[in-house]
Amino acid sequence: MASSAAARADTFPKLLVRNARLHGARPSMRHKDLGIWQTWTWSEVLEIVRAYSVGLSRLGLKRGETIAIVGANRPKLYWSVMAAQALGAIPVPVYADAVADELAYVIAHAEVRFAAVEDQEQVDKILSVAERLPKLEWLVYDETRGLRDYDHTRLKSMDEVIADGRKAIAADSKVGAWIDGEIEAGKGSDPSIILYTSGTTGTSKGVVLTGERSIAAATDTVAFDGLTETDVALAYLPIAWVGDHYLNYAQGLVAGFCTACPESADTVMTDLREIGPTFYFAPPRTLETLLTRVMIRMEDASLLKRKLFHYFIGVARRYGERILNGESVPLSGRLLYALGNVLVYGPLKNVLGFSRVRVAYTAGEAIGPDLFAFYRSIGLNLKQLYGQTEAFLYVTAQPNGAIYSDTVGPACPNVDIRIADNGEVLFRSPGMFSGYFKDAAKTAETMTADGYVMTGDAGYFDEKTGHLKIIDRAKDVGRLNDGTLFPPKYIENKLKFFPNIREAVAYGDGRDFVAVMINIDLTAVGSWAERHNVIYASYQELAGHPLVYDMIEKNVAEVNRRLAADKVTAGAQIRRFLILHKELDADDGELTRTQKVRRGFIADRYDALIKALYDGSKEADISTEVTFEDGRKGTISARVKIRDMQVEPALGQAA
Amino acid sequence: MRSPSGPEIAAGEVLLSVEDVSLAFGGVKAVSGISFDIRKGEIRAIIGPNGAGKTSMLNIINGFYHPQQGRITFKGETRSKMRPHDAARGGIARTFQNVALFRGMTALDNIMAGRTLKMKRNLFWQVLRVGPALAEEVENRHKVEEIIDFLKIQDIRRVPVARLPYGLQKRVELGRALAMEPELLLLDEPMAGMNLEEKEDMSRFVLDVNDHFGTTVALIEHDMGVVMDLSDRVVVLDHGIKIADGTPDEVKTNQAVIDAYLGVAH
Repeated sequence: MASSAAARADTFPKLLVRNARLHGARPSMRHKDLGIWQTWTWSEVLEIVRAYSVGLSRLGLKRGETIAIVGANRPKLYWSVMAAQALGAIPVPVYADAVADELAYVIAHAEVRFAAVEDQEQVDKILSVAERLPKLEWLVYDETRGLRDYDHTRLKSMDEVIADGRKAIAADSKVGAWIDGEIEAGKGSDPSIILYTSGTTGTSKGVVLTGERSIAAATDTVAFDGLTETDVALAYLPIAWVGDHYLNYAQGLVAGFCTACPESADTVMTDLREIGPTFYFAPPRTLETLLTRVMIRMEDASLLKRKLFHYFIGVARRYGERILNGESVPLSGRLLYALGNVLVYGPLKNVLGFSRVRVAYTAGEAIGPDLFAFYRSIGLNLKQLYGQTEAFLYVTAQPNGAIYSDTVGPACPNVDIRIADNGEVLFRSPGMFSGYFKDAAKTAETMTADGYVMTGDAGYFDEKTGHLKIIDRAKDVGRLNDGTLFPPKYIENKLKFFPNIREAVAYGDGRDFVAVMINIDLTAVGSWAERHNVIYASYQELAGHPLVYDMIEKNVAEVNRRLAADKVTAGAQIRRFLILHKELDADDGELTRTQKVRRGFIADRYDALIKALYDGSKEADISTEVTFEDGRKGTISARVKIRDMQVEPALGQAA
Repeated sequence: MRSPSGPEIAAGEVLLSVEDVSLAFGGVKAVSGISFDIRKGEIRAIIGPNGAGKTSMLNIINGFYHPQQGRITFKGETRSKMRPHDAARGGIARTFQNVALFRGMTALDNIMAGRTLKMKRNLFWQVLRVGPALAEEVENRHKVEEIIDFLKIQDIRRVPVARLPYGLQKRVELGRALAMEPELLLLDEPMAGMNLEEKEDMSRFVLDVNDHFGTTVALIEHDMGVVMDLSDRVVVLDHGIKIADGTPDEVKTNQAVIDAYLGVAH
């Protein structure tokens, strides 16, 4: 009886029990503490989670209630999720870098009575908005530092809660049996977790996911990528993001692999190297930062090393991807590549911590073709997937051997995809959500009558490969006044593929022509400035420098050439651009917490600049309010210059 | 303001006191006839305009300068002058106005250097690095890792300090002082040359050191906001003479202090 229930484990706590039985002595969690990697096996984790959930229940947490999880990737926060689920309570992870207001919104909306938080910083943040959270009763924290003198009537350390539960289990065998019964009693159709969306489109919504659907989805992808209990992943992305919950938590429990938590957010690079994960996920932005850093360091290397590097990267570009895809490559190419592997690619992958990676994914945004090809050419099996919180991540993923930089792959196993008449991508998947928390109207709006979820993304199936291509948010695809198609994100991404450009925001819907606002990349442009004796005192000064404008103008001209190459986009070439005087920042609401541009918000905030872009002026004044990390506000004002661009003749017409 | 601990401190026992201390370099009187005390567990600030004798005062406390006159009582023992090694053994650690680290060594090694006094084995054993010497090294390394964790500098553990930005070097220096597990920590302008965010971080660390390890702190600082927020009691020097001594609020409203800082019409 017990074994048959465990064999079809439909909740995560049941999977934990199964893993403790099947892989009891294998590592489940690692965390670097005081410079040394600590390891917990699956059976140790089960013991801790049982004690923890008993402790939480003794504080009053009950089935069906919600508990907020706030903090960085730390074992005790993952165990808080497990312990809550063991009791049948619903964890609600919140982004750790959310400002107090955002935090208060989610905690209030989810009607949270308990919060499990990382440290003093998060405790302070929650206490600062306590009067708006009448339902919140208990705060449990991981890191005790600085909290000793706090009023402990509603505050307890996780260690105390776990120790209390452990004592209760030791004192009375019925308590242990009771918690095992609670785990057994959990139903797969009950909500397993509520993940709040990052709010690309307005306030965030709580996506409710059930245990059985989550596990069904994770089981499919674990089989798809052949993940087993011997794999290792490094959990460094926000706990509150669907990607971390899926890739590390859900897949970790389904496959039984080991999840490693970094020592701190700043040591991820070193930790990656020490752990040597076999399964890796990184958003395009992270991959780009890594590559930029490698390239900058190579510029400073000795001549011989530089020559060697560039020669073998050339070799990798020619043969690397074909070797990875299993295509035929001449023997000389294979030999050269093998030599390059010893001299360059191997050491490079070692430095980046990619030596043991079998499967790597990137998603979230379009990835530059050069960037994508670079990692694949040095032998990293990097693939793209497309997904969203409502699907519990995966909608499509590229299978080994069929990888293209501009597609996101065919539908995942057991996923149905349909393209609506307006070009919007619709899907039905095993992991799809059961609804938005307390928002039936929004749920109904997102679903079609026959049970498909509307993604809000516009896309089409590529004729050659049969893979899905995503071009933009369906509602963002607009038209110029002359009727030309205007896909803003498509243009922005083309710009962002240049290392000098960090962020771009394109306007054109309902206008006469396309104009863009550009954010320079301080690392790349700063390094360039150093080499060219360009002196600057601030970001603002560098951004407004005429030589920087010249450089960006070349990039924009190149994008125009590429746009001109395609009949559909030739009309959407960039006529005017400006470089923003400040970096777009999530604290100012200009980006979402997952670093996506909020175009509408930016349009309101920089209204004066947009007017100037379209009224022909050569420069414009702007003054904006900024929020510092500690929540104080200040203003930045600047005079921003605007440049006009030449338009390339469309190739179709010229011919 | 740290009002909750205020009354407690006032009743606390005296850890160090200086009485009628004077120091002159030739004809220049650096400090003359100064008396004040530092109580166990408090954060004590020494402030004053440039050239007031603040750093001289710290140097007298940790035995770097020897006063011509006066007495220093530390942990009940009175002497006419401190010596640096007495101060270090007795549990006084300090940081410097200009960072004084081993620039070519890593942050970790610099902090390890702060453990020298805690290492009992002689050079012979330490070179061999076996048996008891190894056990001792492991034990001390553990303490150092706790400090690294405390100061949140895990990411620069292996970086030579010369390559670190100034704010982080200051933090490493604090780490080295903490490695001595001092009873009294002397900080000479810990926030000098820092930006607002670094200052806030450093203030947090000073408060945490005081709270977490119960370390008594005496600090020199120019940033009045920092001084008023951090300290329990403030002593104000001007031209080598003590002009005020009391809680931040008392000092802030003291006419002599205002005159010293803003100048008086002559």
